[in-house]
Amino acid sequence: MSLELKGITKTFGSFTANDSIDLKVETGQIHAILGENGAGKSTLMNIVYGLLKADSGEILIDGKKVEISEPSDALNVGIGMVHQHFMLIPVFTVAENIMLGHEKSNKFRVLDLDQARAAIRTISEDFGLQVDPDAIVETLPVGIQQKVEIIKALIYEAKVLILDEPTAVLTPQETDELLNTMRDLKSKGTSIIFITHKLREVRAVADQITIIRRGKVIGAVSPSTSEAELASMMVGRAVDLAPAKYQHETGGPILEVKNLTVRDALGTSIVKGVNFHVNSGEVLAVAGVQGNGQSELARALINLEEHIEGSILLDGKEIRGSSIKQSLHAGIAFIPESRELDGVIGSFSIAENLILDLHGQAPYSKGLNLSAKVVHSEAEKRVTEFDIRTQSIMDSVSTLSGGNKQKVVIARELSRPIKVLVASQPTRGLDVGSIEFVHERILAQRDAGRGVILFSTELDEVMALADRIAVMYRGEILDIVGSNVTREELGLLMAGITSAKAGAK
Amino acid sequence: MKKVISRIAQSIKLPGLSFLMAFTITGIIIALSDEKVMNKIGSPIEFLKSAGASVGNAYLALFQGSIYDNRLIKGNIFEGFYPFFETIVTATPLILTGLSVALAFKSGLFNIGAQGQFIFGAIGASYVGFRFDLPVGIHIIAAATAGMFLAAIWGGIVGFLKARTGAHEVILTIMMNYIAGYFILWLLKTKTFLRPGRIDPIAPEVLDSAKLPLLAGENFRIHAGIFIALAAALFVWWLLTKTTIGYKFRAVGANSQAARTAGISVPFVITATMMICGALAGLGGAVHVLGSEHSLNADVAGSLGFDAITVALLGRAQPLGTVFAALLFGALHTGGRMMQSNTGVPLDIVVVTQGLIVLFIAAPVFVRYIFRLKKLNTSAALTSKGWNG
Repeated sequence: MSLELKGITKTFGSFTANDSIDLKVETGQIHAILGENGAGKSTLMNIVYGLLKADSGEILIDGKKVEISEPSDALNVGIGMVHQHFMLIPVFTVAENIMLGHEKSNKFRVLDLDQARAAIRTISEDFGLQVDPDAIVETLPVGIQQKVEIIKALIYEAKVLILDEPTAVLTPQETDELLNTMRDLKSKGTSIIFITHKLREVRAVADQITIIRRGKVIGAVSPSTSEAELASMMVGRAVDLAPAKYQHETGGPILEVKNLTVRDALGTSIVKGVNFHVNSGEVLAVAGVQGNGQSELARALINLEEHIEGSILLDGKEIRGSSIKQSLHAGIAFIPESRELDGVIGSFSIAENLILDLHGQAPYSKGLNLSAKVVHSEAEKRVTEFDIRTQSIMDSVSTLSGGNKQKVVIARELSRPIKVLVASQPTRGLDVGSIEFVHERILAQRDAGRGVILFSTELDEVMALADRIAVMYRGEILDIVGSNVTREELGLLMAGITSAKAGAK
Repeated sequence: MKKVISRIAQSIKLPGLSFLMAFTITGIIIALSDEKVMNKIGSPIEFLKSAGASVGNAYLALFQGSIYDNRLIKGNIFEGFYPFFETIVTATPLILTGLSVALAFKSGLFNIGAQGQFIFGAIGASYVGFRFDLPVGIHIIAAATAGMFLAAIWGGIVGFLKARTGAHEVILTIMMNYIAGYFILWLLKTKTFLRPGRIDPIAPEVLDSAKLPLLAGENFRIHAGIFIALAAALFVWWLLTKTTIGYKFRAVGANSQAARTAGISVPFVITATMMICGALAGLGGAVHVLGSEHSLNADVAGSLGFDAITVALLGRAQPLGTVFAALLFGALHTGGRMMQSNTGVPLDIVVVTQGLIVLFIAAPVFVRYIFRLKKLNTSAALTSKGWNG
């Protein structure tokens, strides 16, 4: 089945999210849509899936015009969608989730789960998607949950499958598996629209690439196009994908972590007695699949976690057990994992956000009084220095884009005397341009002789920035390796397989 | 300047329209509940005429009872404003309890406990007022301070418990209200507080040196408490916008997680907020006793602590807004009495109006829908987080 979009236009007020977009997905084709955050990819897909209504333009299936005004219309014409955030009920089984909204009951008005199970098995075998229909969804790894979503689409006979940023939550191995699944689906005649901003994956799997920038189709290219070229088309200018890792001076240990254990409220250890150190002028990356204790380890470094045992030496001084404020003021800059939740206060102005951890000291305050003048003049400086795109420092942070919010956090954290920078997923959800900016700033800290600990689940980022890489798996640091490690080796470590174990196989 | 005016216009648009709708609906209720009007239902013109007269008279009485009544002038035009001074007297404690609730909102807390805090403020002020003989001026300050101190502790207990154990402040303050309400009943029966020669629960009158000075002579009840209330509003505004403590309060109120990550101590903010809120409501109790009641009785708080929640909501948790909202409520209360005695419209209708105003304020989407307003940027002014705060 082929899907064609003609002149799709969608505006929100004065903002044009999609500007007469033309797109054709052929039968059995993997068509990648590449674009930065906010380029209009999701808007376009929501139109195709019936979640939004286009102002003008038409959708054609196999050359015939169709009206899609809600998701059920999309399902009826054979369009299925796997959302970035799964639409599954965690406490239901796979079968229950899949039949949701299409429940069939037998003559006693009891849910007919057997039928659902049988249908799932058929799809599983046809497309090589192995899933146990009776498994509770929340007990399944993310990669399998995604398969459940794909089965859900296929079971209602989707011939065009939209995958919205499907690899964002996957490990490298799971990603490879997904790419294989996509190839399988394609060979069975399913068309796939693959939405992403990851260049490597696009080149690996797509037949055709359409690049969208600011709501417009910039070009349609073949997967043989180089990554640098794709990136520059996406951003609209040349982009430095891999910052030069030139030789730089590395000093002695600036932060030493010994036998650090972090427990949750129930006493379960999330981080299990880890040991590592960071030298000044060095980037230590902590890699690992989401949920292996990295977030908690990062938070523990500034005593944000409640139950911490072991030792954290900053420049030789013990800071474990200090207050959060003391830890920050001792010289740790902290870029939290969730900037919306932990990084900024959305309803506060940019100026107010820039003093979140500094408001109590000179020159920002005198006695009880905040000095508005200094706060504002310093904010003006930061906005210029960190290229925060805003009309005024009095605008609330919630009006900023994700990249600019992150710039506010970075500007705040790097504007006081620090010894170590702890950055937790600093580029998550950012567009290529902002990622470049964040990377530059991180490397600038390294070059200025500070120790940097970068927590990241993005392999590309880890490989590009790190001098040494610690891999976390189930709360432990499995190994610390040099930056000459290969992607495959890292991927194995992230899956919990050490070289010793791998060798033994 | 233009910007400031448009901002003010923006911020009063919604309360203003809510106000208008509440009075419209109240008018309909007044008309429909009037027998004389309903008897004329047969002829539409007569019916509308009579309905208009009925509602008009009721609202005129409301105005005369709360703002200005020329019939009261016996020589001096000043006397015509007697109702307005009464409105201020009623509003004065309400401003202070309203500020207490509003400040808590700013820190993301829902202080239902202004009632109990008010009672402790009244107890402290009353005791120092009748028990000690101090010079004029000092006596007032000592009595008010004692009230604020007791109330700050009463509020602070809630803050401390929440900060330490995570117990929800809504439940805590409600329970503390019960305790305070029964505590004062018991206290007034003790030898220390029971007025000699009385068996009903009433404390001795505070000494003259502890009474707040009257502002317009013996014939008017208006007292200096209004200046204390306005000063308190100014203090809250200053605290929230100009100080580092207020910055911390607002940061925790807007996003406690981000505030904590940046090193702000959330337990400190919660405890400090509740202490200051307690002190504000307690000052309300003190001013009420020292200014107009002059002696402590079991019903000293009336519903001042609960109306405070409404007032703070109506004032969008802003100090100035709270002052205006309290004045409006004071006017409705005092005017309502005149409306009842002059036109027979029950005082309860005023409570209906209050309820409607708040209902529309709380449902801004509805008001915007009716008046086809666009969404305001400032709509997130209130930051109570309900049960998950």
